[in-house]
Amino acid sequence: MSLLRIENASVYYEDFQALYDIDISIEEGEIFACIGANGAGKSTMLKTVAGVLRPRRGRLLFDGEPIDQMPPYKRVELGISSVPEGRRVFPSLTVHENLLIGAYRNRKGSWTTDAIYELFPLLKPLRKRQASGLSGGEQQALAIGRALMANPRLILMDEVSLGLAPVVIKRIYEAFPILLENGCTILVVEQDVQHVLTVATHVACFLEGRIALQGVPSELSSEQITAAYFGV
Amino acid sequence: MASWLNTIIQGILLGGLYALFAVGLSLVFGTMRLVNLAHGDLSVLAAYVALILVGTGTARFNPLYSIPMVMVIMFVIGYALQRGLLNFIVQKGDVQGVIVTFGLSIVIMNALQQAFTANSRGLDAGKVENVSITISKGLAIGWLPLMIFLMALVVISALQLYMGRTKMGRAFRAVSDDQEAARLMGINTKHLWAVAMGVALLILSIGGVMLGIRTTFNPLLGSDRLIFAFEAVIIGGMGSAWGTLLGGIILGVAQLVGAKAFGAPWQILAGHVVFVIILALRPQGLLAKTVTA
Repeated sequence: MSLLRIENASVYYEDFQALYDIDISIEEGEIFACIGANGAGKSTMLKTVAGVLRPRRGRLLFDGEPIDQMPPYKRVELGISSVPEGRRVFPSLTVHENLLIGAYRNRKGSWTTDAIYELFPLLKPLRKRQASGLSGGEQQALAIGRALMANPRLILMDEVSLGLAPVVIKRIYEAFPILLENGCTILVVEQDVQHVLTVATHVACFLEGRIALQGVPSELSSEQITAAYFGV
Repeated sequence: MASWLNTIIQGILLGGLYALFAVGLSLVFGTMRLVNLAHGDLSVLAAYVALILVGTGTARFNPLYSIPMVMVIMFVIGYALQRGLLNFIVQKGDVQGVIVTFGLSIVIMNALQQAFTANSRGLDAGKVENVSITISKGLAIGWLPLMIFLMALVVISALQLYMGRTKMGRAFRAVSDDQEAARLMGINTKHLWAVAMGVALLILSIGGVMLGIRTTFNPLLGSDRLIFAFEAVIIGGMGSAWGTLLGGIILGVAQLVGAKAFGAPWQILAGHVVFVIILALRPQGLLAKTVTA
């Protein structure tokens, strides 16, 4: 059984249809990458999985259970947590408090604040600092740590490399295998194709609200991906 | 000289009462960006709840002892009000919040008038109302105003500890920072907002009952109290409970000094004038605590 199954999901913002009959299966232990241009519907799909948006048609199954009518906090309880686009750390809270908010639902698992400081040592000296004073890379590490504190089975990462220096992006992607070891499946959305394709086990290319191409990255040629990305 | 000092001390103590009204208003605005125009009427409601609990005739007991019970009842009313009504308009924009709470204010006012008539009522706490501590000739502190001020100190300290040290307090601050991100972290904002409203009314009920003991009250007083609460919050600065107390004190002192200097009709106006001056010079308030990403 797939960890997450999206069946013919159509999602709207008011009258505007953002996703058309999306069909995806994500297996446990995968790094599933969604790529595509700005406005292709990748982030909309993540928001639908997280529960901020609900599909007008179609279904979402998590571990075989329908979740599409659940509010976000129930999905966190089941083990779906988010690294939102633009980090969205809580600016007035300290680094440590931000991590503790991630554990709000008290899901059991191996992630603790100590484990996060071990994963991202740069956060440790900052633990008492307000998150508003952190650099972009530090905030991104914090946002990932905060999501891990929920001990997720599926972590949703939206544009984690956006606006970060290449060296920081590299460090963030280096953390992915450690997440997998801890039983966490990764669903990542990126505009920047280069980095993500080196780690992804499965890729889906979004184009104007539809999936133009999907498969195992090593079996897809760069021409195919370029064509699906730009729709030419 | 002593009489001026006396006026200032009375003003400071009055400020504690205003802070008790204002803290809940600030808490609700901070967590859900809702301007609750029914806040003043809810404080009047709390006094009437105490009036019912205290009873009439021979079964009377001191209204001071009714406060914990009123607090619990007002918490439940606040929670239910938020879940049953206000949650539907939070995040729909400021205008909806203003319209719905304005309507709620009128409903509460008229319901109280229907149930209790427009006559003024009072809560009789016995001799504590008249006891005072004489410090020197012409300088005496009423035991009741002092008690109200001390209650404000206790409430604000407790609220600061709750917000700073508990898991729930942390969640309040997270929701205040970024509501959608908080939902993604597993916080049930509908429940949290309801708790915030419950806590706001729980604090408000102390002010409502204490003012009911200090003076008489009737169903029409809500809007006056709302204005004082607003002014205290804005003078002190959003998001700072101690700032709200400072705002209340400045307002209280301004009112009583104004009344003493220019005569009783100036009491309310002097408070408003000081408020406008502070708003013009320091619109963010004296102790504003605002953090941006």
